Amino acid sequence: MRNLVLGNEALAQGAIDAGLSGVYAYPGTPSTEITEYIQHSKTAKEDHIHYNWSANEKTAMEAALGMSYAGKRSMVVMKHVGLNVASDVFMNMSVSGVNGGLVVVVADDPSMHSSQNEQDSRFYGKFAMVPILEPSNQQEAYDFMQYAFDLSEEIKLPVLFRMVTRLSHSRSGVEFRAKKRKQNPIKLPEDTRQFALIPAYAKIQFEKLVKKKPVLIEKSETSVYNRLCLSKRDKSLGIIACGIAYNYVMENVDEDKDFFSILKISQYPLPKKKIKELYDYCDEILVVEEGYPMIEEILHNYFDENDKIKGKLSGALPLTGELNPNMVGNATGFFHDKPKKLPNIVKGRPPQLCEGCGHTDLFNAINTLLPEIGNKKVFGDIGCYALGALPPLNTINTLIDMGASITMAKGAADAGLENVIAVIGDSTFTHSGMTGLLDAVNEKTPITVVISDNSSVAMTGAQDSSAVGRLESICLGIGVEPEHLITIIPLKKNHDKNVEILRKEIWHKGVSVIISQRACVRLSRDKKEEIKQKIASLN
Amino acid sequence: MNANIILSGVGGQGILTIAAVLDTAALNEGLYVKQSEVHGMSQRGGAVESHVRISDKEIYSDLIPQGKADLILSVEPMELLRYIPFLKNDGWLLTDSHTFVNIIDYPERHELYKQIKLFPNHIIIKATNVAKDLGNSKAANMVLLGASSTLLPISEESIRNAIRQLFEPKGEKVVNLNLVAFESGINLAKKYSEFVF
Repeated sequence: MRNLVLGNEALAQGAIDAGLSGVYAYPGTPSTEITEYIQHSKTAKEDHIHYNWSANEKTAMEAALGMSYAGKRSMVVMKHVGLNVASDVFMNMSVSGVNGGLVVVVADDPSMHSSQNEQDSRFYGKFAMVPILEPSNQQEAYDFMQYAFDLSEEIKLPVLFRMVTRLSHSRSGVEFRAKKRKQNPIKLPEDTRQFALIPAYAKIQFEKLVKKKPVLIEKSETSVYNRLCLSKRDKSLGIIACGIAYNYVMENVDEDKDFFSILKISQYPLPKKKIKELYDYCDEILVVEEGYPMIEEILHNYFDENDKIKGKLSGALPLTGELNPNMVGNATGFFHDKPKKLPNIVKGRPPQLCEGCGHTDLFNAINTLLPEIGNKKVFGDIGCYALGALPPLNTINTLIDMGASITMAKGAADAGLENVIAVIGDSTFTHSGMTGLLDAVNEKTPITVVISDNSSVAMTGAQDSSAVGRLESICLGIGVEPEHLITIIPLKKNHDKNVEILRKEIWHKGVSVIISQRACVRLSRDKKEEIKQKIASLN
Repeated sequence: MNANIILSGVGGQGILTIAAVLDTAALNEGLYVKQSEVHGMSQRGGAVESHVRISDKEIYSDLIPQGKADLILSVEPMELLRYIPFLKNDGWLLTDSHTFVNIIDYPERHELYKQIKLFPNHIIIKATNVAKDLGNSKAANMVLLGASSTLLPISEESIRNAIRQLFEPKGEKVVNLNLVAFESGINLAKKYSEFVF
């Protein structure tokens, strides 16, 4: 039977069937549905698989490593920029290695559908010297999971599982064909020194890691997921296609697998021998890869810089944005009719805050104050409220990374800028804002931090926020003065009152925190009630 | 057999429900399906699209190539025109006439209809009005799906079953509303000659 599932859901079911004991994650498009699927899975509940959200990607990855330390199979899931947050543990756990299988799922977002960059996670895998798996379709997303965990346990390394938006968010019929594997029992590492990376042990571990490289390459050479098909008819072009890019090649050759020679790559490090075979067989090589031109660069390195290798660096394919079948068609020399022109009458329709959203009322209050405090002083953060950077609101001036609103505001205040404001969401605050607030409190920096608290991780679909019921106590604990910690309710009827409070705090020469509190309009009545009860139980 | 359908609209207008019905019906008929969709930021009142591909053979690309869509089905007229570069030469356009105006420079709607009428294969119907008369304007998506039924590679009966299957958890009333909306769409398309505004 085929089940209609997203790539993300296929992957999640694959992990459950592979004997997963826990998933750790922070929501982030396009990765969110993986954890949500496990949260809603009956089997996961029955088997006591851990699936609650973590405060951020770093805490998530460390918890996953702890579960692996105890001998069980764990998975950590994030969007590409989440791996920056978790990179500290990521880079070190390849040195320590793992005990129970550990799979790191990272969903990249080429074309930045819902992100601030299009970084390619394969570079992180290469950097940490761990194997990378890159499925090209939903069935592979399911099938690869079993292999990923087995491989991780066999070579004692975390395995990076790379997804991209188009696979994460595309549905297809998938066979859940693996027999469900039992979870591992608790089994501690034979020698815990592997996990104690003091220099003396770290040196030993790092040498072990470096020595694993030939083993990993050999695994890639023999992997059934790296398939080389040499065409008997045509030697003019050999194509190296990885992950989802493979589909765009096949779309163009119309399933004629013998049209060109094709090397499909789904496992890294790269199988050098297979690549050499293709390189020697064909007159020209085209690399079709979603993301940065990583393989193309490595090829130039293998075979000295030469004109035989085409791809993103040579200009055959664009360096930015995601691939599509038309681009790949052009690069492989297939003729396509010129598409019809987009009619001029069509206007852009950017996303915007929902009708009745509390962020809007907050921004209206801040905007009222801009004439007196001056423009360009509002530092923003990651979340729905980032839409406040767009017209008609135009409130927010910056958006860099999770938590940067507070720390950038601090730096600007240190530079002598007055009346600076940071706007950050509740969940973003507990993800990465708290430490920055501590910096400001320690130095009594004159900034006003507005926590726009909608009691959920709204942008990714209103997941539970770790901050619910805890913001006040966190701020007081960090050392915010109680008289400068004020809660407001962002509603039209409170506009004048809120402007007054904001004005007073913006002119205060120290740290002020204003919690602008109103639940996300997308939350159901039941969910709002659940949040109320949680807050009540915490107080 | 190979059918490429682009669904378009504004976030929250129910195009993913149309997609889910199509996918389910196709899968139940033993066909291959791929359907890409938009999650995250763009869902907040922005333009959204879904590519639905149905075939009796394995499908590779999750995206429909430009110039290869057999049908663009839109719940909003300007959003229909946004995907014209995907339309095949003999492809079909189908849209609700109802506009969703949430931007200040939204074009004059009669101009939009005129542009759509430049393409020979088009159907413009008042799906939202019909759904409103049935008791819930949200069912406009099923009216449109009904109107597209002769252009689809799956049988009407399979679609009805898929509607029953998907809406069942929401209760008998919702199932029936959507089934009636679907039938109204079929009838509207049968009688369709020209959109008059």
